[in-house]
Amino acid sequence: MIHPIPPGTRDVLPDEMRELRKLEESLLGVFEDFDYGEVRTPTIEYADVVGRGDEGSAGDAYRFFDDRGELLALRTDMTIPIARLVATRFGEVPPPWRLSYVANSYRAVTPQRARLREFGQAGVELIGVDGPDCVAEVVEIMARSLDAVGLGKSVIGLGDAGLWAALVRDLGGTEETVESSSRRLAAHDMVGLGAGLRECGEFEAGQVDALLKVVQMRGGPDLIASARGLGGKRFDGVLDLMEETCGAISARSVGERIQIDFGMLRELGYYTGSILEVYDPSVGEAIGGGGRYDGLMQRFGVEQPAAGFSLYLEPIHKAQLEQDRIRGRARDA
Amino acid sequence: MLDSLNEPGGPLKLAVPRGALMDEVLDLLDRVGIDTSGVRGDSRSLVFDGGEVTLVTMRPYDVPTYVEAGAADLGITGKDVLLEQDDRRIFELLDLDIGLCRMVLATRKGDAGPSEHQRRLGMMRIATKYPRIAERYFEGEGRQVEVVEVKGSIELAPLVGLADGIVDLVATGRTLVENNLEEREQIVTCTARLVGNEVAYRLRSEEVDSLTSRLRGAAG
Repeated sequence: MIHPIPPGTRDVLPDEMRELRKLEESLLGVFEDFDYGEVRTPTIEYADVVGRGDEGSAGDAYRFFDDRGELLALRTDMTIPIARLVATRFGEVPPPWRLSYVANSYRAVTPQRARLREFGQAGVELIGVDGPDCVAEVVEIMARSLDAVGLGKSVIGLGDAGLWAALVRDLGGTEETVESSSRRLAAHDMVGLGAGLRECGEFEAGQVDALLKVVQMRGGPDLIASARGLGGKRFDGVLDLMEETCGAISARSVGERIQIDFGMLRELGYYTGSILEVYDPSVGEAIGGGGRYDGLMQRFGVEQPAAGFSLYLEPIHKAQLEQDRIRGRARDA
Repeated sequence: MLDSLNEPGGPLKLAVPRGALMDEVLDLLDRVGIDTSGVRGDSRSLVFDGGEVTLVTMRPYDVPTYVEAGAADLGITGKDVLLEQDDRRIFELLDLDIGLCRMVLATRKGDAGPSEHQRRLGMMRIATKYPRIAERYFEGEGRQVEVVEVKGSIELAPLVGLADGIVDLVATGRTLVENNLEEREQIVTCTARLVGNEVAYRLRSEEVDSLTSRLRGAAG
């Protein structure tokens, strides 16, 4: 008898389960070493909790009514439930709070695009540490986690969620242009971005070139110095913060894992300040992401700085298998 | 060469569209020093050594699929394809200014225009290979249509009464005329674009930027 399961979901059989369990345990081991306590939250939340965290991801959430007519949603990530948990339960506990998780989340996806509706994430949230060290601590754990699962070649991209808006405003762009161009940048449509900037009539040709040049800059920390003067006060302010963050990351001796990326703009709407993405040469998509999200905590009524990351378990497992395969071939040869 | 195709490192993999765009694309690649003689030769192979890049040939519609998955690092395809698959997570890096086409709404010659049709019936039936572009266009205009997706010769649909009009890509418009159809509205113009995979764009930034800037020079 064939009993189908919904597209975008999957069964895990014993061989793979052993590998996945090992992967999860390696990650939890690193989180534990840094004194992060593991938490678990319900798979279902009230829909307005998910929406309060991020209107964008609430749109992808599976929503349904319970027996009392309440609108519920399957969680779309773990950062929003943990923000809710901290706001509700940690009022009496002095910060900082260091929490970790390994859990599945759920999003509606386009069918037949090899994407999962149910996906695993492992990550940490650091709430209540201010300054560049907040992100630096998270980056260090990220780097150690990637080493622990054998992905020593992976690269952590570091961007800033406010960089583009600061630059556009510095060069005299209106709020409307900030909005429309951010949307194009988030979609990585460089052609449309250039056309939009030229058509809006707010910039001289040289300024458009400078804007397009900046968002395609990616490389080592020396990029920050080379970008000085391309914008104005706001942009330089963002560069100062990036420089401090890079310094704090280098002080933790994981600076060589970082690639500065001025064009990065993550889709999740709650990031404020540094944003992170992880790439591995053997997988064609990001295998992790994160950043600073003070704004999200504010939406839950907590005035605390916060940062975190999550590693995407399925692509990481894929990268591990790919590494094994390459190593195996090298041995055979 | 086939052995090492799905391993990281090695030359960048560039997805090249077979079909109407191909000749212009190969000419452009020649101008930036990529060896296209293998692709031009009459061969049934799909993968060719182009020197600094490996050329992977495929239907234009498949280019975003391969690039999104990282099976190709870079790709060239029409903006029409990108608009139709706009939820793909790929980077659109450069307008190559070749393969200029127009996406148009056409109806039978001699018919009352679409606006008259809309006024009387309130609803049109449109056949197209580009259901998303068509739906977005009419929705944006506040016009109600029923979009019918067909794969083959679209011109057939209005002639035999499957649809009142078509949304299709035209270069010269000759096919429309030959089939007694008339262009009524232009939806968007499309040219070929260079697209990139998000990971290759980051991890192989120097090679990607070098090729992009040379293509920009050759295209402009």
